[in-house]
Amino acid sequence: MKITDLNALRNAAELQAIESRLNVSRRDFLKLCAALAATMGLPAGAEAAIVQAVATKQRPSVIWLHFQECTGCTESLLRAEHPTLEKLILDIISLDYHETLFAAAGHQAEAARKAAMKQHKGKYVLVVEGAIPTKDGGVYCKVGGQTAVNMLKECAKDAAAVIAIGSCASWGGMPSTGPNPTGSSSVAEVLGKTVVTIPGCPPSPYNFLATVVHFLTFGKLPDIDHLGRPKFAYSRLIHENCERRAHFDAGRFALEFGDAGHRAGYCLYKLGCKGPETYANCPTLGFGDVGEVSWPVGCGHPCIGCTEKGVGFAKPIHALAELKSVAPPLGFPRVDEDKGKGFDFASAAALAAIAGAAAAGTAKVAQNLGKGVPMESDHDSGATP
Amino acid sequence: MSSHAEKTVPLGGPLITPVTLTLAALTGIAAVILLIRFIFGIGAVTNVNDGYSWGIWVVYDVMAGSAFACGGYAIALMVYIFNKGEYHPLVRPALLGSLFGYTLAGASVIFDLGRYWNTWHIFMPPWAQVNSVMFEVAVCITLYIGVMWIEFSPAFLERFGRKDLKQKLSKWMFLFIGLGVLLPSMHQSSLGSLLIVFGTQINPLWQTLMLPAIFLMTAITVGYAVVIFESCLSASGFKRPFELDLITRLSKVMWGFLVVYLVMRSVDLTWRGAWGEAFKFNVMALCFWIEMMGFILPVILLAKPANRRRPDRLLISAVSLIVGTLMLRLNGFLIGYNTGPGWYYFPSLPELLVTIGIIAAEILGYIVLVRWLPILPKVEPAKTAR
Repeated sequence: MKITDLNALRNAAELQAIESRLNVSRRDFLKLCAALAATMGLPAGAEAAIVQAVATKQRPSVIWLHFQECTGCTESLLRAEHPTLEKLILDIISLDYHETLFAAAGHQAEAARKAAMKQHKGKYVLVVEGAIPTKDGGVYCKVGGQTAVNMLKECAKDAAAVIAIGSCASWGGMPSTGPNPTGSSSVAEVLGKTVVTIPGCPPSPYNFLATVVHFLTFGKLPDIDHLGRPKFAYSRLIHENCERRAHFDAGRFALEFGDAGHRAGYCLYKLGCKGPETYANCPTLGFGDVGEVSWPVGCGHPCIGCTEKGVGFAKPIHALAELKSVAPPLGFPRVDEDKGKGFDFASAAALAAIAGAAAAGTAKVAQNLGKGVPMESDHDSGATP
Repeated sequence: MSSHAEKTVPLGGPLITPVTLTLAALTGIAAVILLIRFIFGIGAVTNVNDGYSWGIWVVYDVMAGSAFACGGYAIALMVYIFNKGEYHPLVRPALLGSLFGYTLAGASVIFDLGRYWNTWHIFMPPWAQVNSVMFEVAVCITLYIGVMWIEFSPAFLERFGRKDLKQKLSKWMFLFIGLGVLLPSMHQSSLGSLLIVFGTQINPLWQTLMLPAIFLMTAITVGYAVVIFESCLSASGFKRPFELDLITRLSKVMWGFLVVYLVMRSVDLTWRGAWGEAFKFNVMALCFWIEMMGFILPVILLAKPANRRRPDRLLISAVSLIVGTLMLRLNGFLIGYNTGPGWYYFPSLPELLVTIGIIAAEILGYIVLVRWLPILPKVEPAKTAR
């Protein structure tokens, strides 16, 4: 049965089970599911489907690979301060292989990966963190003696879905910055097919979580753009929803770090903010769970464009962004706008003249109509005055 | 005259007279000012500012001008919807007035828009804001102007002897006549809805949810008033016999509409407890009473059926109603509209001259076209000779 109303789930047994299983209040759990549905811009009713899916469905097996990276993506997921996030991450998915979080080590760990791949063949989700070096036969990154290229291809073959998390896995990221000595490549480049990418350095954990929950709830990954990025998170420029946007439109810019404009919270465009050419939902979602201003631009640092290939790690931080949507206006409003004048003699006189002429004309014509003009009447002429 | 098939003929006569020359001069002055406006921007000639982003070009030329141009709508309503065929001789002259009024109202919007070159955005789906009242008004008025030209086109086709085209068009004319009644009903009420959006910036005398009804009712009523006005003026100006019987009957309809309107307006003011504003000692209260007198005077003047046969009373009633309707729109959109402390607006002389020029252009166009195209009903020689 498809449930589209949260009220219908009020006393559901699964929800009561969740309370003890996740050690979160039912209310917090429902709030999170509703927030996830809203993050993805899903229609009303989706939150109930998410609640049901998270509460009841078989947890998907996840194999998480690490290559050329700093583990920042994993750290950002684990350090998320939302009370239930890390619990949910580990609870709604069955994390069968993750080098950072594994208690096992060495061949034991690799054996676990192989066992999970065999057991969940065609059903597991593969998450890749980090770029893949391809130069010289991929010798620059090996795990358990196996090159990254090899391991990725082996794991991707039977995966139900592949998600590239972080800028490195999504488009090469920092390791691929020129001269790129190791030939770092993205997951999509190595596999030769489009995969879902969650770029960012690190990406917002909620974008990843929402993507996984979408897969869990609807059995497919969310809509993606031509670069494989989920549209719910990456279809708008940072510039479009930036809280400093009004300053941009009004021509108020910080020109130096620490100057009066910077301290007043003016637009960071002239300090090199890449918001105008970077697609991400940072301004609407914030970052790090500590409140609305907690994201680079909110803290007073220009966006470096970490989600955008060719911008992040490629353009200098101080370089001006290319304006993709709007250019700053050529003219700005004056500080002291004219507030308008009362009436002046000429226009008041003109108005009086019009009124007078109209009144006189009407009187004249009325008089005229009463006497000189013939009347056309169906009755005899006696009826006309 | 009560048959549908009455004959309309060009009036003929001289096109160059002292009257037409004066009108042309006034139009010329407006054209020069508009040229300045288009070269140096809207601030160069008008007094509009950030507080009052529209002035009389919108409020007179569009809000009031389009209401005065409702003659065609009001008569079409009567002839085609209520099937009163005897009013048919009034259709073409009324439609001509409407055609000019609306076309120039549409043009005035362009004069008044600061970035007029973006106007086409309205009609492009990616830009259109379909939830906006302004959008409804813009699209509806544009469509109506087109519809009116089609409704009026038989006059041109007759003149150019294109009987075949006229025949084809007449098969589809019902559609355009239908639209010609539907569209003004939509946007004349929407002009009122525009004010509702302004909320408390509008004085309670005019801020009411009844605004769409008030604007629609006055548009229809003033439509009849304008037809009476035009008929009086062309009788006087072109030395034609006055269509007294028809006008008398029309004035009865107008009187009925007026009474209903006044009752509606008073009940609404009472219901909202807004009468206090009308008895304050300020400009708004004064203008409110000028407006109300414009509607009350015709009710008194035309109360007795015998008075509806007196042309002078008819004309004064029509003019008074036109003034009332003008004041209603001026009051709502400018005089009773307070955008905040410190903001002022009063039309500048160039602004006024443009508005005068547009009125002059309307009258001039009317004179030229009735002399040139078959618009006014043919007068039987026996009667003119009387």
